[in-house]
Amino acid sequence: MATTATGTTPFTYDHGHEHVDDRSFIRKYIFSTDHKIIGIQFLIMSLTFLLLGGMLAMVMRWQLGFPGKPLPGGTLLPDTYTSGGVVLPEFYNSAVTMHGTFMVFFAIMPLLVGVFGNYLIPLKIGAPDMAFPRINMASFWTAVPAGLLMLAGFFVEGGSAAAGWTSYAPLSARSDLTGVHLGQIFWCVSLIVLGLSSIMGSFNYITTVINLRAPGMNWFRLPLSIWALFVTACLVLLAIPVLSGAAILLLFDQTIGTHFFDPQAGGQPLLWQHLFWFFGHPEVYILILPGMGMVSDIIANGARKPVFGYTSMVLAIIAIGFLGWGVWGHHMFQSGMNPTLGTTFMISTLLIAVPSAIKTFNWLGTIWKGQITFHVPMLHALAFVSMFVIGGLSGVFMAASPFDIYIHDTYFIVAHLHYVLFGGSLFAIFAAVTYWYPKMFGRMMNPTVGKVHFWLTLVFYNCTFFPMHQLGLHGHMRRIYDPTQYAFLKDLQPVNTFISISAFLLFATQFIFAANFIMSWFKGEKAPNNPWLDNGLEWTLPSPPPHGNFATVPTVYRGPYEYSSPHSDQDYIPQNVPTPGGGYGAPHTQPAGD
Amino acid sequence: MGNFLSWMLPPGASTFVGDIDWIYYLILVVTGVAFFAVEIALVVFLVKYRKRPGGKATYVHGSTRAEIIWTSVTAVVVVVIGLLSAPAWDKIKGREGVPPNAMPIGIAAKQFEWNITYPGADGKLGTTDDFTVRGQLHVPVDKPTVATLTSVDAIHSFFVPSFRIKQDAVPGMHIRVWFQPTKVGEYELGCAELCGLGHYRMRAIVTVHTQEDYDRWVAQQAHAVAQR
Amino acid sequence: MAHAAAIHTEDVMLPPPAREAGAGVYTEKLGMWIFLGSEVMFFTALIGTYVILRFAHPSSWKNPGEVLNIPVTAVNTFLLICSSVTMVKAFAAVQDGLLRQLRLWLVATCIIGASFVGVQVYEYTHLIEKGFVPSEGLYGSTFYTMTGFHGFHVTMGVICMIYVTLKAFRGKYTQADHRGVEVIGLYWHFVDLVWIILFTIVYLI
Ligand code: HEM
Ligand SMILES: [Cu+2]
Ligand SMILES: [Cu+2]
Repeated sequence: MATTATGTTPFTYDHGHEHVDDRSFIRKYIFSTDHKIIGIQFLIMSLTFLLLGGMLAMVMRWQLGFPGKPLPGGTLLPDTYTSGGVVLPEFYNSAVTMHGTFMVFFAIMPLLVGVFGNYLIPLKIGAPDMAFPRINMASFWTAVPAGLLMLAGFFVEGGSAAAGWTSYAPLSARSDLTGVHLGQIFWCVSLIVLGLSSIMGSFNYITTVINLRAPGMNWFRLPLSIWALFVTACLVLLAIPVLSGAAILLLFDQTIGTHFFDPQAGGQPLLWQHLFWFFGHPEVYILILPGMGMVSDIIANGARKPVFGYTSMVLAIIAIGFLGWGVWGHHMFQSGMNPTLGTTFMISTLLIAVPSAIKTFNWLGTIWKGQITFHVPMLHALAFVSMFVIGGLSGVFMAASPFDIYIHDTYFIVAHLHYVLFGGSLFAIFAAVTYWYPKMFGRMMNPTVGKVHFWLTLVFYNCTFFPMHQLGLHGHMRRIYDPTQYAFLKDLQPVNTFISISAFLLFATQFIFAANFIMSWFKGEKAPNNPWLDNGLEWTLPSPPPHGNFATVPTVYRGPYEYSSPHSDQDYIPQNVPTPGGGYGAPHTQPAGD
Repeated sequence: MGNFLSWMLPPGASTFVGDIDWIYYLILVVTGVAFFAVEIALVVFLVKYRKRPGGKATYVHGSTRAEIIWTSVTAVVVVVIGLLSAPAWDKIKGREGVPPNAMPIGIAAKQFEWNITYPGADGKLGTTDDFTVRGQLHVPVDKPTVATLTSVDAIHSFFVPSFRIKQDAVPGMHIRVWFQPTKVGEYELGCAELCGLGHYRMRAIVTVHTQEDYDRWVAQQAHAVAQR
Repeated sequence: MAHAAAIHTEDVMLPPPAREAGAGVYTEKLGMWIFLGSEVMFFTALIGTYVILRFAHPSSWKNPGEVLNIPVTAVNTFLLICSSVTMVKAFAAVQDGLLRQLRLWLVATCIIGASFVGVQVYEYTHLIEKGFVPSEGLYGSTFYTMTGFHGFHVTMGVICMIYVTLKAFRGKYTQADHRGVEVIGLYWHFVDLVWIILFTIVYLI
């Protein structure tokens, strides 16, 4: 048996070294075990769901902006959805529910974790693939049926689930309350199956990061994107089973007559909320941490400067990972939970704003005294910072429990969650997709089109979601089908119309991105290995990298953010380039107190 | 529309307005300062440190002093916000917060209506002169009212924006929620928790009377009940 | 063969070579440990649910033995513990290079594990005949959910155990490389441990 220079047999998964790739088309692109292909598969799946979720949002915005007016094309839909083209409450509730469910579980989460977890982790740590490539493949092929099942809800009697993405019991548990039976069951089963996919993914990522780092890639040379994805994977690993458990209990209540959430038999509706949010708050960090990490990489690159306060960035990620478990009660301030707990959850929630603030200040520190290049990914990353600030600050209003009495379940919450999830996560996703697109597909996206898409998105996005704060401050409830029912909301109708028009424009703008994405795949300029002059290991490889990634295991000499270093005449030094003097490179000296 | 894009809260009509609204304005000022500080710094940096030919970025990895300062300042600010907010929470939602002299009523939420049980002339619930009215909440002004809130089916949420009060009505639970109106008039009560198809029209009218009007209304209702 | 095995002793069961120091164990084992973290959270959710519901409604809980047949389950518990012992034996055997014993102990583990599931099925059918069904109040709901999901885990374990046993018969495990045996063993002991907790809180308290 061959031995390598270190006198040991090659690591089991290193067999991809010979570059003859004779896998069949199916093994290569469909049932592939290559993390890069799986990442791209997740990308296609989740962008599809992003589109579907967006379409549902358009339905809702039509109804809210123009209540009672026939939806354009609405007459083409079945009678259970529309009547004379007008959206029915049944369809509205199903759209509210499936929009949230698609976006959270089938778009943002797989985009961040499934796509970039898969694509970046092995490349950035210098590994040939994930620790368990076949489990990785299984993870994707479990997510697909889960998504199809969720979609199937639209085609069965009673329609899709309609109890909100949070599926509060007993509404979700009793079909006589919603009129939806199969759809609710599909919702539970789909999330249980998706949970399996997420768990397979997450323990794979964690194992990979712990055990497969290239020599020299110690914990404090990991890019922040990898730190964030690592902590995210830990959160997925530990939070998802709680959701699965809760969904199983709900499924049993729906199907075999158990009574977990049925008050008549002593069951507790609030139990669902506790389980759901015990999962749910870590989940919202699952939805933002990878974005924060990737944005950190991109901002350092765009500013041509080391990330400011790398250590505190890492500590902030870890702090979020821990604190995120102790704040779920802030979703339940008005639920009838013991009010003493309310105070505790208020303080813990306010404290969790601190690590987010630390990260924001460090991003500012990173661009401070930089040489900022405004490439498209950088624009999106900067938008992430400025939009996430708004979402984080609006969180403080809701964390203050007395004021939450007033704004809970109003459009203020909707504004908050879209500032963190669209302004935050989705801008981070745009940044990341445009940044790593050349590596993934070997071609550049068109930067001019990218800039047009960016600016239009930024403007329409703010026109859509910013006024929602004001709606909330005026008491506008969320998830209502027809706001004009209430006298005190009638005057707000013009705001609703304005929001709807902005939303349509925002949606339309995304087709620019779609066109750029698809066209560049075929017609884009050929990408060099390192178009952004980045230090990460993935940029030392061809675009796209071959199966098995690295021909020889790279050795890492320094952290990923050595931009504009005086040790080099270029403004970057890739992580695997030895310092002229040999050895492991200059240690990171942190200028003490400036 | 311009009016509605203001940052002021709409006028209210209960004692909670005084307890809650100032917290909002406080947070608005604090977060407003933070918001402008960050966004302005961002824009200034972007302009000032944009790429220039031949320029080189400053090679720094951070500053421990800066980290300590901004971490501790943020932590202190949020904790102070929490400490300032806590008393209002205890007063409004705390189990001890309900004034002992509050008039008891019962509210049973049901898809998609609010059924309100009044104590009748004797001021006590659970006696024979209780009567139930659908979709109308009548209360006297300047007197605390305490409602025992429950639901018979899904979770609903009792929300009177003008009173700044909201509380979920959960089946199987009897949650006490109190308020004290300060202005005579008519207000709206809405459901704030998705509860099914008719959630959007689960609405009721809140009428705040003077004490005399309220007594008169109770007498009228009692009469109507006796007639039936 | 023996020679190759000697080289393997150095690396296969150790962290992957030529890498930055990781967890200090080989990847499959690390992966199983991490996966079990997820399982812990799953059972915590179920057990937490049970605790919350039971404390809120102590009266709707039957006394131990009133509905459930404790002796049968006690025997079953004993069986499961035995299977953990045989699993330990199997692992010890392969560590010593005793491959025949390895197969023997693995077969024993499969059989005992399957019997556990069998007894559970028997218990369920009897309870259901007696009219104790999952929709029988909170007691029935939690009983069937918790024991059922544990049973499901044992069943999955038995299936994997059979796979490992077949591999053992095909000579895939050696003194030098027996990762599969160790990893399935970890899972098996975990499931056993969960049962001891469940047995205590569901049957005895
Ligand atoms: C800066 C720290 C944050 C604080 C203090 C905070 C606080 C809160 C609070 C108190 C609520 C509940 C409001 C209510 O329902 O009455 C809430 C809701 C929500 N938050 Fe945050 N949040 C923060 C960051 C985030 C992040 C980073 C995300 C996701 C990326 C996020 C996503 C959400 C979502 C989706 C909801 C709404 C859930 C629903 O009811 O549908 N939050 N947040
Ligand atoms: Cu939360
Ligand atoms: Cu409602």
